[in-house]
Amino acid sequence: MASTYALGTEIVNGVAVITIDLPGDPVNKFNRAVKDEFVALFDRLERDLNVRAAVLISGKKDSFIAGADIEEFLELKSAAEAERLSHEGQLLLDSIHEQRTPLVVAIHGACMGGALELALASHYRIATDHPKTVLALPEVQIGLIPGAGGTQRLPRLIGVRAALDMILTGRNVRAKKAMQIGLIDELVHPAILRKIAIQRAQELADGTVKHRKHSGGMTGFLLDENPAGRRVVLKKAREETMKKTRGNYPAPLAAIDAVEAGYRGGASHGYRTESRLFGEMSMTDVCRQLIHIFFATTALKKDPGVPVQQGAPLPEIVPVEKVGILGAGFMGAGIASVAIQQGTLVRMKDADHGRVAKGFAAVRDVVKERLTKRQITKVQYSDIMSLLGGTTDYSGFGNVDLVIEAVFEDINVKHQVLREVEAELKPSAIFASNTSTIPIAQIAEASSRPERVVGMHFFSPVHKMPLLEVIEADATDTSVVASVVAYGKKLGKTVIVVHDGPGFYVNRILTPYINEAGRLLDQGAAIDAIDNALLDFGFPVGPITLVDEVGLDVGAKAGKIMYEAFGERFAPPSSMQAVVASGRYGRKVKKGFYLYDDEGKKGDVDQSVYTLLAPGSRETTAASGNQAQSRAQIPASEIQQRTVLPMLNEAARCLAENVIRSARDGDVGAVFGFGFPPFRGGPFRYMDTIGISELVKKLEELNDRFPGRFEPAEVLVSMARRGERFYPET
Amino acid sequence: MATFGNGRRVAIVAGVRTPFTKAGTAFKSLSAIDLGKLCVAELIQRTSLSGAEVQALVFGTVIPNVVAPNIAREVALMPLLPKGVQAFSVSRACASANQAITDAADQIALGHIDTAIAGGAESLSNVPILHSQGMAEALVLASKAKTFGGRVRALASVRPKDLVPITPAIAEPTTGETMGQSAEKMAKINNISREEQDHFALRSHRLAAAGTADGRLIAEQMPVYVPPRFESVVESDNGIRSDTSYEALSQLKPVFDRKYGSVTAGNASPLTDGGACVLLMSEEKARSLGYEPLGYIRSYAYAALDPGEQLLQAPVLAAPVALHRAGLTLRDIDLVEMHEAFAAQVLSNLRGFESTYWAERAGFSEPVGEVDQSRLNVMGGSIAIGHPFGATGSRITVTLLNELRRRDGQFGLMTVCAAGGMGFAMVVERG
Repeated sequence: MASTYALGTEIVNGVAVITIDLPGDPVNKFNRAVKDEFVALFDRLERDLNVRAAVLISGKKDSFIAGADIEEFLELKSAAEAERLSHEGQLLLDSIHEQRTPLVVAIHGACMGGALELALASHYRIATDHPKTVLALPEVQIGLIPGAGGTQRLPRLIGVRAALDMILTGRNVRAKKAMQIGLIDELVHPAILRKIAIQRAQELADGTVKHRKHSGGMTGFLLDENPAGRRVVLKKAREETMKKTRGNYPAPLAAIDAVEAGYRGGASHGYRTESRLFGEMSMTDVCRQLIHIFFATTALKKDPGVPVQQGAPLPEIVPVEKVGILGAGFMGAGIASVAIQQGTLVRMKDADHGRVAKGFAAVRDVVKERLTKRQITKVQYSDIMSLLGGTTDYSGFGNVDLVIEAVFEDINVKHQVLREVEAELKPSAIFASNTSTIPIAQIAEASSRPERVVGMHFFSPVHKMPLLEVIEADATDTSVVASVVAYGKKLGKTVIVVHDGPGFYVNRILTPYINEAGRLLDQGAAIDAIDNALLDFGFPVGPITLVDEVGLDVGAKAGKIMYEAFGERFAPPSSMQAVVASGRYGRKVKKGFYLYDDEGKKGDVDQSVYTLLAPGSRETTAASGNQAQSRAQIPASEIQQRTVLPMLNEAARCLAENVIRSARDGDVGAVFGFGFPPFRGGPFRYMDTIGISELVKKLEELNDRFPGRFEPAEVLVSMARRGERFYPET
Repeated sequence: MATFGNGRRVAIVAGVRTPFTKAGTAFKSLSAIDLGKLCVAELIQRTSLSGAEVQALVFGTVIPNVVAPNIAREVALMPLLPKGVQAFSVSRACASANQAITDAADQIALGHIDTAIAGGAESLSNVPILHSQGMAEALVLASKAKTFGGRVRALASVRPKDLVPITPAIAEPTTGETMGQSAEKMAKINNISREEQDHFALRSHRLAAAGTADGRLIAEQMPVYVPPRFESVVESDNGIRSDTSYEALSQLKPVFDRKYGSVTAGNASPLTDGGACVLLMSEEKARSLGYEPLGYIRSYAYAALDPGEQLLQAPVLAAPVALHRAGLTLRDIDLVEMHEAFAAQVLSNLRGFESTYWAERAGFSEPVGEVDQSRLNVMGGSIAIGHPFGATGSRITVTLLNELRRRDGQFGLMTVCAAGGMGFAMVVERG
């Protein structure tokens, strides 16, 4: 019989072993009900004189406590209410800290947010030496700050530098690292976690346990343990945060304020500041949008990618054990590198051995980086690499479950490899194209079984970019879509299913954005002025830098295909054409809009590019040497509007044409595909924030100034007329 | 005549090897285990085999890694194979891969298993260098010492001569005779001239060069994208000299007997790195998985003689037994593959096949007979291709079967001589 309670208690030799096991949930979370249980339980234990100490351990497999229930955050109506919630949390942890009975926290699996704050308030922390055991304070990732004493207890335990690193990045700290920085007291094998925890609890009650004193050494003394050093650290943290966030994210700054308050005004001032700032942060639009994105990705993880009727069985999933990759170039090798890391056998084919070897080297760079960072052992490295095979023929393709084609972006080449490989494949094998622009239906024309042809559009660099667009053509079998969605998730990707069409979704909405950046260049705007305006808007890189990264030749080729498909509103700007024609293909040839050193590291704007740009309406004379300053001054707000609004406009069209299944997919695709500012929630959330009517008005204004490119999408006009939004108001 | 398997025929489904490279060249940074992993991984990949089908992995090596002595298990622990695959290593000098293959074949014939991978690997670029006895004793004592003083005293016992490291020599432990000295002795006893040896070596290089040029030898090799940096690709054996001539070979000085000797670096097999393996299955299993095997094992035999006599002459004792077990005579054999440790050894073995004396020693009244040169080592042999001890047996097996198929022959015979005075012979058949 399933318990309705999350906490179970068993007394072992005077130690209360509390097992947290949230009924009906795969992971433990802190919610109001669990909190009430904790209050009642600790109250009872405190009065039970048979209990001398307590241990908290999880009943879930390989998972400790995932932190607070974020859904409850969305229900908070005011800053005051959120502040109260934080204060109550602080009080509970404070009472645990002050208990008569010492508490040992036994951590196996993820220990996140509030769970780590609880561990910090306890008297002894043991973690397992296991890859699943990670500790983190991820609150800033959803626009919040730790609210149950984390900003106060963590710096005091591990020093202000290490604490800020954890709080400001929200990153996972592995158990070994946690031991090194003094976050935990002991590291044990999972099999003895419970036993040792009980033993330590008894010793704590007896007063015989020795705490390991964590020494930060000389730098620790200089920077963590004296006020002057800490001031330097905090000042530097603020500067770096501003530089990174450009002021778009208030939470990291609030977290620094809270940490500082504890040092400057004493403990109680620190806790009060933490609660107050937690309350303030919870009401920011940034926090709401980040939580929405978080929920959208969580929902996508459970989404099979194909419509499933209520009660109907899921479509059959083809298990992928061996993948054939055609083309050992940067994309092919990138895909291979993530596939072998998930234990898939990979057969990588290219036209000659030299190319295959280059592919091997590229795969090695990715996997080796994990070894260098000690995320994997030498044996794991060699195991992973052993899954990669190379060939110049189709040998070994007979038992391939999935072929991913990453050959040259040319329909004839694609048709040729499709015909060749299909002759070698078993009938159940899936053929996926990694094309970024060519419609899948067109590729499938060469196939004798088009129902098994699908698109898997990875983004570059594959091992870093989290998005995968799965492209479903009209003919594609549902089970094929579901299978590649499932495999994409296995590769750790966030997967959206997009309907077939030129540019699919991500590249389609990027094109007008990039094109407009080019037009701004045509009109004399400075390269860095354009990039900076969009960095300020919240993009991780500006559009001109992005073009350099992707490659101008690739961009121009894609741009042409898009122009042919969608007509005048996608007309490529003349500036780009001139620069491509000059052979500046971007970073890969170390020559583009920016300067690159021998290692390909980006420098300043390459001033000599300006001589190539179309004179257009440039209001300047090309006074040599000082061209950037003599470029036209276009306000950042205009640059932002002219580039971002047509992107939104195109996103709306994609939804109206069912290219994407939902606004949610459109938001996630843009955020994870090219870093649409997450704090704006994605194109659709952002359109709701602007207001559809306002958006239509702005587009019409632009369309009056620059006819042909900004005409509002029909769907937006009709939504504006009816006063509709993409998401219900919250 | 009941041939091998008692009705359960063992199929050699496929084989793969790395190119064989001269020690200290392309594969110098790879261990025998690395080479074994490379060829087994490629065998699994190339044959579109599901690793879950494999039930045993048997591997041969001559100079084992002292830290990881069971090379088979290290190779089997690759993620391409289930962890439950049984794996053991065998050692029969230059016939180690043959031992691996016949051990695995025995298991299949017995009905214990249906599928196995067998082969071998050797890195002569990476032989273990040992400490001297004196040094070793001092180090062991020092590691056992409980005090700093004790450790110092233990290490103080080391004498300058103890600092000289020991590299394993290819010599017989019982006779102290090196392999080369044995070959030299055999040349003299069997009256094999320097000219004959050099002509045989030239033949080996020419035929191997032709087999490489027309792709026949390439087909049995895998391209190796050389780890760890993958800056180079090795596509074929690097010891074959298409440009060598009889004149060039005849200029070389004898190595083992400078006065009356005839064995040179040119008419002996070189020190080589490489790995090779085959996929073995019961005939039914191969059929049920839809494989068309290269061929089947019809019979095999091992033999041995006193290493102090003619160290590399035992193939002469093994071959008639294998033929007898196969129910065949040399006249039925379409192709013969003989391991070429030395030209002097191959030529001595060939003389032995023709001799009644050796026939009687093997228990037969009639000699095996004269081997037709047009059927012998038709793509050269170990002198040209190279000889990674533990891997050679697997290479010869695959070379023989591939060529038998190309020539549409039915039966093939292979022999391998091995240190310790041992010899191996196997008869394979097609279809």
